[in-house]
Amino acid sequence: MLRVENLYKSFDGFIAVNGAELVVEKGQRVAVIGPNGAGKTTLFNLITGQLKPDRGKVTFNGENIGTLPPHEVCRRGIARSFQIANIFHRLSVFKNVQVSVLSRQKKSNTFFHPAHRMAVQETDRILESVGLLDKVDDIAGSLSHGDQRILEIAIALGTEPQLLILDEPTAGMSPDETAATMGLIRRLSETQGLTILFCEHDMDVVFNTAQSIMVMHYGKTIIQATPEEVRANRTVQEAYLGGEEDA
Amino acid sequence: MRKNGSNTKTILFLAALAVVLLFLPSVLTRFYTYILSLIFVTALLAMSLNMVVGHGGLFQFHHCVFYGVGAYAFALMITKAGLPMWISFIVAPFVSALTGLIIGWLCVRLTKLYFGMLQISLGSLIWAIIFRWYSLTHGDDGIHGIPMPDLIASTTSAYYFIFLFFVLCLVVMYLIFKSPFGMTLQAMRDNPDRCAAVGINVRRHQLTAIVLATFFAGIAGVLFAVLERTVFPDLLFWVLSLEVFIMCLLGGWFTFAGPAVGAAITVALRTFVGIYTEYWTLVLGVLLILLIFFLPEGVMGFIYSKMESSGQRDAAGPRGV
Amino acid sequence: MLSIDMAALGSQLFVGLSRSMILFIVCSGLSYVLGVLRVPNVAHGSLYMIGAFSAFSITKLVAGPAGFWLALILAPLIVAAVSFVAERALFCHLYEREHLMLLLFTFALSLILGDLVKIIWGAEYKSIMSPAAFDGSITVLGASIPKYNFFLLIVGPFVALALWLFANKTKIGKIARAAAVDREMVGAVGINVSWVFAFAFVLGCFLAGLGGALVAPTVSITLGMDHNLIIEAFLIVIIGGLGNLWGAMVGSLIFGLTQAFGVLFWPQFAIVFPYMAVVIVLLWRPKGLLKSVW
Repeated sequence: MLRVENLYKSFDGFIAVNGAELVVEKGQRVAVIGPNGAGKTTLFNLITGQLKPDRGKVTFNGENIGTLPPHEVCRRGIARSFQIANIFHRLSVFKNVQVSVLSRQKKSNTFFHPAHRMAVQETDRILESVGLLDKVDDIAGSLSHGDQRILEIAIALGTEPQLLILDEPTAGMSPDETAATMGLIRRLSETQGLTILFCEHDMDVVFNTAQSIMVMHYGKTIIQATPEEVRANRTVQEAYLGGEEDA
Repeated sequence: MRKNGSNTKTILFLAALAVVLLFLPSVLTRFYTYILSLIFVTALLAMSLNMVVGHGGLFQFHHCVFYGVGAYAFALMITKAGLPMWISFIVAPFVSALTGLIIGWLCVRLTKLYFGMLQISLGSLIWAIIFRWYSLTHGDDGIHGIPMPDLIASTTSAYYFIFLFFVLCLVVMYLIFKSPFGMTLQAMRDNPDRCAAVGINVRRHQLTAIVLATFFAGIAGVLFAVLERTVFPDLLFWVLSLEVFIMCLLGGWFTFAGPAVGAAITVALRTFVGIYTEYWTLVLGVLLILLIFFLPEGVMGFIYSKMESSGQRDAAGPRGV
Repeated sequence: MLSIDMAALGSQLFVGLSRSMILFIVCSGLSYVLGVLRVPNVAHGSLYMIGAFSAFSITKLVAGPAGFWLALILAPLIVAAVSFVAERALFCHLYEREHLMLLLFTFALSLILGDLVKIIWGAEYKSIMSPAAFDGSITVLGASIPKYNFFLLIVGPFVALALWLFANKTKIGKIARAAAVDREMVGAVGINVSWVFAFAFVLGCFLAGLGGALVAPTVSITLGMDHNLIIEAFLIVIIGGLGNLWGAMVGSLIFGLTQAFGVLFWPQFAIVFPYMAVVIVLLWRPKGLLKSVW
């Protein structure tokens, strides 16, 4: 479904991504791991259009999306959550997700219909599936950190994506919240057939959830394989797993 | 579904207010009727600015350009082209909106301060042209004595005319505010990157908002010309643009009605202060400083937060949240 | 309209250059404050005006050339004092707020100072004469230029150099530059960022006052000076690149020269030319011609 080939991106001489390769099959849960600064977020930004690659290709369902702006990438079926909670903090939880749903329905530009009556069922359904229905009228900025990250995912779900890209979804969460979030992700993948690409620092989470793992180091892909193969791979052990990020 | 009882109260309040305003000219002197009309015009201008600033998060630093362009287009069409007032009245706001489209399209490629700065430079260019093109616009002297049809020639009839269009515009603005377009605009104010990531073409949306806002500014400009029968270059001067900005801040720019309240307070204050002293600018400056330090949410923002903390949490109400 | 000869062109060139230097002297402070505090100081025009009016009063009190040179020293100091009071009493409490609030504060300050000038000095036009030594003109390369303007032509680059040396070679200057980019870091190494900002702001305002005093003999000293100046100053600083001193120089040159040549080609619309130039520059390079400092 998603294929990244030989991606390269530098900023003013600093090479952030240096030959990244990634393959994501439909319905898979794929994780990208690597030490801090390995280029994971940059890779995601290149895929979803916040950045343009200097070299290399990003194909989604056969279409080259590397040069598309973010809103076009979204229209193709990719949704994403951000590393730092990126929500509409002055709006209510309901409206946060509603904006997203209305965008998918291409109704963002409707003028003369009151917004609070539109897309209510879909919005409620999404909020229920992530467990935020009871906080529906709260102002997003007042939610706990963990809830804000979940709201992030809910906003991404609003666009009914085929591929959901999550940038460190459990960062800063307590163990309970982490377990709940990863349970949610597995549910989304198994019951709704969503394809999921995520990056994480928590190795337990990664090895328990991902079906395929891609390892990055200094912006380069070292290997992409099943969790067992990755664990057994010498290069990965030396570069990364060896005594550094063991969770 | 998520409405609450305070909506009915608001509607009743507004209806009562409307009745009072309709009744007032028969009890007020001509001067105060004139002041009220001026408040309506200024309030409309401030509300139009807030469409892009408070609700859209854009640094629209020279909004008055569109106000002035509307006023001048109206005046010139009547005095130079000899067009009937009603036609000029309809066409002038479109001239403003067209100017808004051009300037907006150029500025929307930039963010924040750069947006504002390019707009100031483009706006100043237009001001300079109007200021210097003496043969057409009479430059610094302005255009005086614009003829109005008898129907709206008196102070009272002008008042009703302006009030009518003020209310109409407000209703339309409110509908826009509550619509998906308005809500998405506010989302873009909070987080344009997130909006792009959910598939919204941020620039096009912002440009549409700008065109709408400048259209309403043009209407305000025309209404000003109807009221004063005069237009002059100061209408496009950056100082006025910043004053309107202050009105939005004073009233509360995250609320819907805030700017109107801010405009009313400013015009009223200016009139009363003007009776006692010529140093209104000093008072305005002090007022602004007090605002920045003590009331950054503005008057309406303050009132709404008081209402919320006393238990009337208003998620779907006019606070715009 | 196009019957110009070389002599006219030459002297317009010098008029344009001296006007550019005037603009630069006045804008340098604005550019500096923008570079360190990241805020356009709308009150810069009012402070410039206070500088000019103060210089006027000083020359009224102390006659002759002594009065003039005294004014050049005292007027900027007066302006610096005013800005210091405003900064310590009010402005510094806003450093943690968003930049829009800082900008609005400087606007409020400009409103207040504008009326203060009206209260203290009244509304009539004032004027200053430059010392007798500067009377008359000199001829440079066939073009005739008033001596005082020639004086400004030299002072301009001198101010630029002094400011550049200060900002880049002195300890305080370097700290200020660091604070512009990362105030938390600077605070973390134990430096009081608030005082750094105070210093930068007062310096910028000092330059505004100096500009006002220097320019006073060449313009009529009126109440509208602040408004007329600030928009031009803003545009110059923007097209040069935010906070960039040499950018301010480039911007001043563009502004001054286009206006001077505009007078030759189309006198009625001479002031449109610089605005046109600004628009063209911003469309081509929205962030300014030279790199912004942050």
